[in-house]
Amino acid sequence: MQNKCIINNKEYNFNDGETILEVAQRNNIYIPTLCYLKKTGTPTGKCNICMVELRPSGELVHACLTKVEAGMNIITESDKCVAHRREVLEKLLALGYHDCPTCPIPGDCELQDLVWKYGAKGIDLTKKEKDYVVKYITPFIRWDSSKCVRCGRCIQACFDVQVNNAIRVYEVNGEAKKADRDDKVTSLFDSREYVERLKAEFTEPILPAPDENFCVSCGECVQACPVGALSSSYEWLGPKKWQMKKVQTTCSYCGVGCQLDLYVKDNRIFLVTGANEAPNYGSLCVKGRFGFRFISSDERLKKPLIKKNGQFTEASWDDALDFISKKLTEIKDQFGPDSIGVFTSARITNEENYLVQKFARAVIGTNNVDHCARL
Amino acid sequence: MAGLAAAFGSGAMTNNIGDLQNAEVILITGSNTTENHPVISTYIKRAVKFRGTKLIVVDPRGIKMTKFATKWLRQNLGTDIAWINGMMHVIIKEGLWDKKFVETRTEGFEELKKIVEKYTPEYVEKITGISRQDLIEAARMYAKAKSAAIVYTMGITQHITGTDNVKSLANLALLCGNLGIEGGGVNPLRGQNNVQGACDMGGLPNVYSGYQVVTNPDIRSKMAKAWGVANLPDKVGLKVTEMIPKALEKSIRALYIIGENPVLSDADIGHVRKAIESLDFLVVQDIFLTETAELADVVLPAAAFAEKEGTFTNTERRVSRVRKAIDPPGEAKADGDIIMELSYRMGYEMKYSSIEELYEEIRQVTPSYKGITYKELEKEGKFWPCPEVGHPGTPILHTEKFPIGKGKFHAIEFLPPAEQVDDQYPMWLTTGRILYQYHTGTMTRKVDGINKLAPECFIEMSPEDAEELGLKDGDLAEVESRRGKVKARVKVSDVARKGTIFMPFHFKEAPANLLTNPVFDPIAGIPEYKVCAVKVAKVA
Repeated sequence: MQNKCIINNKEYNFNDGETILEVAQRNNIYIPTLCYLKKTGTPTGKCNICMVELRPSGELVHACLTKVEAGMNIITESDKCVAHRREVLEKLLALGYHDCPTCPIPGDCELQDLVWKYGAKGIDLTKKEKDYVVKYITPFIRWDSSKCVRCGRCIQACFDVQVNNAIRVYEVNGEAKKADRDDKVTSLFDSREYVERLKAEFTEPILPAPDENFCVSCGECVQACPVGALSSSYEWLGPKKWQMKKVQTTCSYCGVGCQLDLYVKDNRIFLVTGANEAPNYGSLCVKGRFGFRFISSDERLKKPLIKKNGQFTEASWDDALDFISKKLTEIKDQFGPDSIGVFTSARITNEENYLVQKFARAVIGTNNVDHCARL
Repeated sequence: MAGLAAAFGSGAMTNNIGDLQNAEVILITGSNTTENHPVISTYIKRAVKFRGTKLIVVDPRGIKMTKFATKWLRQNLGTDIAWINGMMHVIIKEGLWDKKFVETRTEGFEELKKIVEKYTPEYVEKITGISRQDLIEAARMYAKAKSAAIVYTMGITQHITGTDNVKSLANLALLCGNLGIEGGGVNPLRGQNNVQGACDMGGLPNVYSGYQVVTNPDIRSKMAKAWGVANLPDKVGLKVTEMIPKALEKSIRALYIIGENPVLSDADIGHVRKAIESLDFLVVQDIFLTETAELADVVLPAAAFAEKEGTFTNTERRVSRVRKAIDPPGEAKADGDIIMELSYRMGYEMKYSSIEELYEEIRQVTPSYKGITYKELEKEGKFWPCPEVGHPGTPILHTEKFPIGKGKFHAIEFLPPAEQVDDQYPMWLTTGRILYQYHTGTMTRKVDGINKLAPECFIEMSPEDAEELGLKDGDLAEVESRRGKVKARVKVSDVARKGTIFMPFHFKEAPANLLTNPVFDPIAGIPEYKVCAVKVAKVA
């Protein structure tokens, strides 16, 4: 039985040091999580949703924290687990003000999915005092404190993935706690300090949120947030993710080549998230995540333009290309091919760059082809 | 790129991005990584935080990375060769260099040793302002690490000695055997999404795709055959920065400019504008009516990245797919389609039924891409060089040998920047990008939220300088160089060092490149954006 365990009555191998959650995920066995941010791989054991039952003792343990031992017999969806999860979820619902129709991400919420799965009951919102903050931390990041489940994923995302250290703990009325406002933004202090605070004060009205003085709008916290507490400002009024087509592509800003998921509807991009692929594994910067609206700008060029008497007039493709062909041929005939230069571009695709240099060399007949690499 | 090519035989990043996490020491110089390559900076910050990686930052500005640094050396502008030679002086003197690596894999060590002999920590301190103790400690830290990676960008290359600066960094890495190993390498981070790809595809005046030189008759005839033409030009062409002055002399008569805005991005743009206006014929193909497009005779509407299929190659040589998500607006077309149609009209048919078919031609004529098939890119990106199908790709270069055989040391003397401060222009100006905006702002300045976060140009200035000049945060000031004047608001910040101001170049209302000095690195043709002399005065 060395390095073998049983999950849901089936035998699995495990590696030394692996947690129950890791073995389960590796074998596509579902265990619900909320506070666990897979990307950091450092579980906090905060939300208690991942509790599984050990047989024969009947003990409930954290799947995210508990290391698998030889012969361990684990049940992931026993009645006891399910009852426990329902209780956890009901507490979470009571803690916030989960008015789902007013959420920016309805239908794309991990809490909502779990509530449906485990049949948890909500509270009567009409009887609850509504004392929450909705504000834009930056023009791109919307914070709605009524939705926060205090899972602490945003803290890990900000401190341990992006290492921007820009999350602070707030009281519910939105005032930052004084002690948390000192200038620690670039020091390497431990995210666990904050996560522990949330845990200790689980029932207290304190919440994490990015501090506008330090936040750089990378949106890592938005992507990590399981609920609608931290969302992209584009999600608020735009179509919902599940109503859109998703297309993976490569970012067009700097040279890192981050993989993006573009969300598209009616020939328009409404949202961008980081694709979970190399080299960025979901991370992005402010430009990649939020800087895509230029694509649908009204100022985009839509027709060829030919200048006549100092003024641009719209032209057909045939007229524009014939005119260029004629002028380039004239100049080539009169002054030679080396009197023409072509600037190809670090913004266009490999295939297009290949064609442009082929055009310069094989069609015009010059090696005067270069691009803005040096600038 | 020319610098690394001379030292190793290849100009690209030697190691991949993820490999930065394996470095014991990372030396960053001339890269404001958190602002210009934010996602790469996360790898470095995580390495420091979780893996105990020691970070050395050499930068005149107190950029965010310095807060993560074990050691921050703050050099005077344009003195990079001096501190790099100084580090090598210390490393050789203390016997910390990798003797086996130097002996078996490099050549030119004796000449290097001779040159760096005079770069004692005392001498270097005089030139660079870096204290001798800091230099010695940084040198030891770099040399003693089992693996140490160097990361740099335009702060190294945008100098008249840019190529020599790069060669100097290559010297340092060769000296300590930090090549061909995990966590090592010399890594230039590319600033534009497909600079690497544009170079790989032969968007350069001296090479076809895969860096096959145009002056080699065998390669020329291979390409001519592949393209079905009788012959191809055998003379190395002109660089961007050479074509512009040649336009003024009338030896360049027509320019066809794609996706570039030299009227805002080049040094001394007053001069650039004049040159472009003196052309007989200008075509600009872009997604917006840029400042350069306004000067064109014909403007062609192009598709943006999300509107087409193909591939980009990122800074770590990873070829990744670009996928079409939406149709271009109006009658705009993909750049490649436009070129094909124009080519046809000029009597040469480029006919491809799909991007995949075109990619296949590239693969056949480009040895470094030969083993990367379009189909496998559907799943994930792959690193070149990849010489045959089934090859796994090459994340780390030079593991066994260099493309030129042995790594070459270059013995290099320090040369001061072309322009020096004097009584009339007493302050240094350095330029660069900021996190929120991108290049000439053609894209980012069309995004509302970005414009709220970074609405205008600024002059970043140390508190000491501000006080001396009677300037407060937010005051309007005028910066003047020998070439022009620009007004912007003052941003008083500890990031700036005394005597040196910084300005971003994104803003057409306050174009920093009216001020910059159009002197070029003689080999790479890169302008000295990072150093010029200016004076600053309050606008009454």
